[in-house]
Amino acid sequence: MSDAAILSIREASKTFGQRRALEAVSLEVRRGEMIGLIGPSGSGKSTLLRSISALQAIDPGDGRIEAFGGSVQANGRIAGDVRKTRSRIGFIFQQFNLVGRLSLFTNVALGSLSRIGTARGLLGLWPSATKTAVMVALARMGVAEYAGQRANTLSGGQQQRGAIARALVQQAEVVLADEPVASLDPVAARRVMDALCDLNRQDGLTVIVTLHQVDYALRYCRRIVALKAGKIVYDGPPSGLSRRELVDIYGPEFEDVFWEGAPT
Amino acid sequence: MTAAVVDQAVPPPPRRTLAQRGPDILIWGGILVVLLISIRPVEMTHISKLFTNSQNMQQFGREFLRPDFASWRLYVAQMWLTVQIALWGTALAVVIAVPFGLACARNVSPVWLQQPMRLLMNLLRSAPDLVIGTLFIVAVGLGPLAGVMALAVNTGGVLAKLFSEAVEAIDRGPIEGIRATGATPLQEVVWGVIPQVAPLWTSYALYRFESNARSATVLGLIGAGGIGQVLFDSLNAFAFSQVGAIAVVIVVAVTLIDILSQAMRSRLL
Repeated sequence: MSDAAILSIREASKTFGQRRALEAVSLEVRRGEMIGLIGPSGSGKSTLLRSISALQAIDPGDGRIEAFGGSVQANGRIAGDVRKTRSRIGFIFQQFNLVGRLSLFTNVALGSLSRIGTARGLLGLWPSATKTAVMVALARMGVAEYAGQRANTLSGGQQQRGAIARALVQQAEVVLADEPVASLDPVAARRVMDALCDLNRQDGLTVIVTLHQVDYALRYCRRIVALKAGKIVYDGPPSGLSRRELVDIYGPEFEDVFWEGAPT
Repeated sequence: MTAAVVDQAVPPPPRRTLAQRGPDILIWGGILVVLLISIRPVEMTHISKLFTNSQNMQQFGREFLRPDFASWRLYVAQMWLTVQIALWGTALAVVIAVPFGLACARNVSPVWLQQPMRLLMNLLRSAPDLVIGTLFIVAVGLGPLAGVMALAVNTGGVLAKLFSEAVEAIDRGPIEGIRATGATPLQEVVWGVIPQVAPLWTSYALYRFESNARSATVLGLIGAGGIGQVLFDSLNAFAFSQVGAIAVVIVVAVTLIDILSQAMRSRLL
């Protein structure tokens, strides 16, 4: 692992029944990068992100995943101290995954669970520092006025910005966003992408975002990694992806993966 | 309606073969046979007594319909005691059911814990509260505590089952959201599982409180105190006017509890 690498995936494979979701994928991520992970449905994008946060175990074997210089999982086994690693990685889900019946404030405060005392965390006695951090994060995401509302009464875009606020309260160094805008309309999607971009530029956070809309990936990310059938087929700058490469990745109907017009 | 013209041959209506009807005939025939051979053991032949001894019924009916509310203070006090038994029985049952319900749920509990817990809860559930009540009367003596414990054990088993089914129906997403922040499994349960099942759990507990108010009445019959015991004593003394008054008190109280608890439950869901 090179010194600057914050995430290191080596030969990671994952099989679901008969289907190989990842096939010996290796990827090095340097601190401060903003990576767009693209590829058709079922190409293994989500599986890769979920494996990095050890939300699922990769296949036993030589495959291993490291973060911040420590092991996340190796030989199909998740490391015992994985919770420490997870607390440094914010995860943004397509379906937001906020707890619908809790207020937006509480949902965002949950980001501090790994840092405050166990009893306080279980009883919801948030320290004043956490309360301040939550409101600062919500204000930055432009949803502070909804802090007292139940999460399930908010729109998708508001919930997703709440989820990003949770990652901020978590003081995450890496943000993994799994199709963060796939359930949103284009206006809300752009706001969420701008927010992720802002975390990367202003705070120097490392961001990996899987995107079904390739134009978003090309516009917002400086490094594009393309997966096809569980293998990395492209890793480089957006400028290197011309029509020919895209047809190669997505097939002749590749225009469908653009929201705002495909390159000619 | 005129018959439409069909150009292809119309198949005949479906007919079930004897082999297909066999199981049905066997089941219904079997039930009939068991009913017939049970006529004598349950003394169905004596059913005419309902009418030949009708003066007994008439006397009971006459007195019953002239309820004697002279000791209404006692009845209301004892009814209140019965409600208190039901309340404590249900409260203890919830205390039992929360950890055991979680331990029985397939999606939060490991297999090695889940299976023995399910078996234990089945055991608690399968023993009727009257039987458990008798055991506790031996253990703690006659009185309300035996009733409370009997309700707690039986209802604990029932609620654990209902609670675990509610847990099994939750959305996994929010739990993963919390897991991804580096939370411990206990924190995942407290913040991811409990908020999702809270309305359903409360509704189940209230519903069981309703039925426990009825069960607590019956438990009085075996000496667990409350209105049931007064009812039993009055019955034994052939004081049917008092029985009538007690019945009115019970029906009114149970109905009030039902209405109240239903109103609370409909607000929750």
